[in-house]
Amino acid sequence: MLTDINTILFYVFAALVLGGGILTVTRRNAVHSAISLIVSLLGVAGLYLLQQAEFLFAVQIVLYVGGIMLLFLFVIMLVNLDLAAHQRQFNKQWLVALAAVAAVGAGVGYFLYRGKDAFHFAEGGAGLPPGLGNTEAIADSLFSEYLLPFEIASVLLLVAVVGSVVMAKKRI
Amino acid sequence: MHPITTFHYLALSAALLLIGTVGVLTRRNVVIILMSIELILNAVNINLIAFSHALHNVNGQIFAIFVITDAVAEAAVGLGILIALFRNKETVQADEMDLLKW
Repeated sequence: MLTDINTILFYVFAALVLGGGILTVTRRNAVHSAISLIVSLLGVAGLYLLQQAEFLFAVQIVLYVGGIMLLFLFVIMLVNLDLAAHQRQFNKQWLVALAAVAAVGAGVGYFLYRGKDAFHFAEGGAGLPPGLGNTEAIADSLFSEYLLPFEIASVLLLVAVVGSVVMAKKRI
Repeated sequence: MHPITTFHYLALSAALLLIGTVGVLTRRNVVIILMSIELILNAVNINLIAFSHALHNVNGQIFAIFVITDAVAEAAVGLGILIALFRNKETVQADEMDLLKW
């Protein structure tokens, strides 16, 4: 019964993800694209929840849907896109690009299909200690094993903040 | 009904990656190209979480957090560049920015 619900939910979220993704790359109006991208990102958040990654589910909604998409919508309003909406939407090389993507897709699909029995993992790793939630486990690992990458990521964010302000400023 | 395995998640992730690649390669509007890059990064994250779940290991989720951090930095700087570009060239079409073309 629980497996059935999980299966149904997976297909619902997968439809949201793929449908939103296809609408994002095909819409003429950039705002419609952004709304479709939000649907797709919410579907991805649902998939995280299905796989017991509760912390990433919250991060995905707060950061992606609340942060990045807000930034995108601000820029769409700041930049005049009316002219672009009435022009050609796809570039001249679209046929070559589609052929290249189809070739890569055929390759990836073939190897996924051939290796699909190899994904049945016999036994997982040590697993989480009992009584430890997902957020606690992530925090334990992030602040001990991955402390240096964590600090480097904070430097990266600082550089990004300074860089975006410098880029968007009229004259420095 | 058959249960969902890691294979399903990998197939979904590959499909989303291909959709994002099509968007990056074929669209002219720079804003939508940046959105397609977000789709690609999300495909990567689905992959990482699927293996994290299958192997009962939290490291995949840590990597997903770092990918999200990179996505935020990329979006902020990219949109800043886009605003500077629009101020100088008055266009957001990627194939009209051809200063380096022969």
